[in-house]
Amino acid sequence: MAFFLETLIGGLMAGMLYSLVALGFVLIYKASGVFNFAQGAMVLFAALAMARLSEWIPKWTGIDSPLLAGIAAFILAGALMFVVAWCIERLVLRHLVNQEGATLLMATLGITYFLEGLGQTMFGSDIYKIDIGMPKEPIFAFESMFEGGVLINKEDVIAAAIAAGLVILLSIFFQKTSTGRALRAVADDHQAAQSIGIPLNRIWVIVWCVAGVVALVAGMIWGSKLGVQFSLTTVALRALPVVILGGLTSVPGAIIGGLIIGVGEKLSEVYLGPFVGGGIEIWFAYVLALVFLLFRPQGLFGEKIIDRV
Amino acid sequence: MLYRENGQFKTTYRADQQIFPIAQDRIAIALLLAVAFIAVPMLASDYFFRAILIPLVIMSMAALGVNILVGYCGQISLGSGAFMAVGAYGAYNVFVRVPGLPLIPAIVLGGLCAMFFGILFGLPSLRVKGLYLAVATLAAQFFSDWMFLRIKWFTNNSDSGSVSVNGLQVFGMPIESAQSKYLFCLALLVVVALLAKNLVRGAVGREWMAIRDMDVAAAVIGIRPMYAKLSAFAVSSFIVGMAGALWAFVHLGAWEPAAFSVEVSFRLLFMVIIGGLGSIMGGFFGAAFIVVLPIVLNQFLPALMGLFGISISTAGVSHAELMIFGALIVWFLIVEPHGLAKLWSTAKQKLRLWPFPH
Repeated sequence: MAFFLETLIGGLMAGMLYSLVALGFVLIYKASGVFNFAQGAMVLFAALAMARLSEWIPKWTGIDSPLLAGIAAFILAGALMFVVAWCIERLVLRHLVNQEGATLLMATLGITYFLEGLGQTMFGSDIYKIDIGMPKEPIFAFESMFEGGVLINKEDVIAAAIAAGLVILLSIFFQKTSTGRALRAVADDHQAAQSIGIPLNRIWVIVWCVAGVVALVAGMIWGSKLGVQFSLTTVALRALPVVILGGLTSVPGAIIGGLIIGVGEKLSEVYLGPFVGGGIEIWFAYVLALVFLLFRPQGLFGEKIIDRV
Repeated sequence: MLYRENGQFKTTYRADQQIFPIAQDRIAIALLLAVAFIAVPMLASDYFFRAILIPLVIMSMAALGVNILVGYCGQISLGSGAFMAVGAYGAYNVFVRVPGLPLIPAIVLGGLCAMFFGILFGLPSLRVKGLYLAVATLAAQFFSDWMFLRIKWFTNNSDSGSVSVNGLQVFGMPIESAQSKYLFCLALLVVVALLAKNLVRGAVGREWMAIRDMDVAAAVIGIRPMYAKLSAFAVSSFIVGMAGALWAFVHLGAWEPAAFSVEVSFRLLFMVIIGGLGSIMGGFFGAAFIVVLPIVLNQFLPALMGLFGISISTAGVSHAELMIFGALIVWFLIVEPHGLAKLWSTAKQKLRLWPFPH
């Protein structure tokens, strides 16, 4: 029982981290109708920038405190993500207004490759580490209930808390501010939004900036867990089933989808894996999402798609 | 003045419906085939065959297959690498398990395996479409990655999933030298391309295109979406699977599941985008572009940088390659969404009027 709980909690925590990456997808899709395949590359780019800057800043400025250097690196990396967002809007999206979703998807594939190349050219392609001072030692909970207690990773708890905070902030932003409303209008229909005077270009910059910051946070957390390296981009591929399970347009969907996928993955790996040779995590998530799509094509919380001729 | 259709009268429906209605096109294609089948094998060096021509021919076939699904039927697929893998391992299994099975039936059977796999993973396309489908097809990719690594039966109990074939021969002729490999692949490519071209010209192809352009409207006018979509998945994955079998058997000889990773799927998609969605010609252009570009960059980028006094490392070249790839894809989407094939047809259109532009 304790083992089951441990797996369950581990799955929930992993799911929270998936949601964090999935959130980046949902944000951009919700606000601009672009399925942003480049989210993984953005996570890598941001994490690389963060890791390398926190290494370089003490050298440049002579700041000794790792905390100060970390904060400075975070701000600088955030600024860099703004620049990236602005460039993407200016150089790519502006020229593709009113194009079909598929075209935009492929454009983001191009951006993916470009960012991967650029990030590694600028910051190097070795394995770097981010140290944001997260406690590493595990804690034991429910010791009175089970023998030996349930092992929980403190790092995961903090990461989950950060993710939850980010989600709440973003939900408020989308629901309560006029910019948030404008973002949703753009997602519904580029042309209609433009015609009522919503500045499409500015909206795009804003939303890519926000996605950049979300990528930075995700990159920071994932990077401090796994180390910053190229394989970080595959985190995005892990987060894709989360998005389709939860629905492309729903922030809560990203969270719940993340939790379902996280738990499903871990439980399947532990209880089903041994029978079929193990390593089923990745495709199990996809198949789970796929089976789900057969019953509810728009995802758990997605908006119903209505086609008209 | 050379490329003119004046005076070429068509007096039968047959003549009107041929693939190349203009005489000059027919001559050009005949010449091209002659060059590809006779001149190239005589002139090209061994390196040229192995590094460029054989991959080019096989990838053209794969791109052709992907184009049928993505370009003609509008179902974005990120799982083409999986279909290639299924084709390769399927062909390997029948080749190993049936003693004395000739090469061509093995490859076709590999294609059939890929076809069933494709239909299976094409089923979600009946319910979901567009972006959701693109993600759903990734399931095929990850599933096949796992399947060939973990299920030992498929790889004849090899530990790492890596397998090899040797002693290939067709009609008693050994396929060992680079030339014979090239000719074998080219011959298959020509057959497949001809079949594909005729398919997309026919009723099935029109159904695919109707589904691509607007599936709801297509259903309203009596096209069965299920039949059209699944047939596109079947034909596409059959061709891609055959290409995968060729890639593994003829080009690689010995391979492991990583040879057909998700990266391959992306590359195939890029070939189709850059070459031209919805055009048989586009597959060839795209494949040529994607196969040749890395080689050219590897050869010339260090030299070019050397001119400016910058030395560039191997890692630097591969990063630059990624960036150039990405930039080119975006550039193509913005400037010429129909790809190189469209440039080609524009050039032909201009030639028809040349030297008078109006």
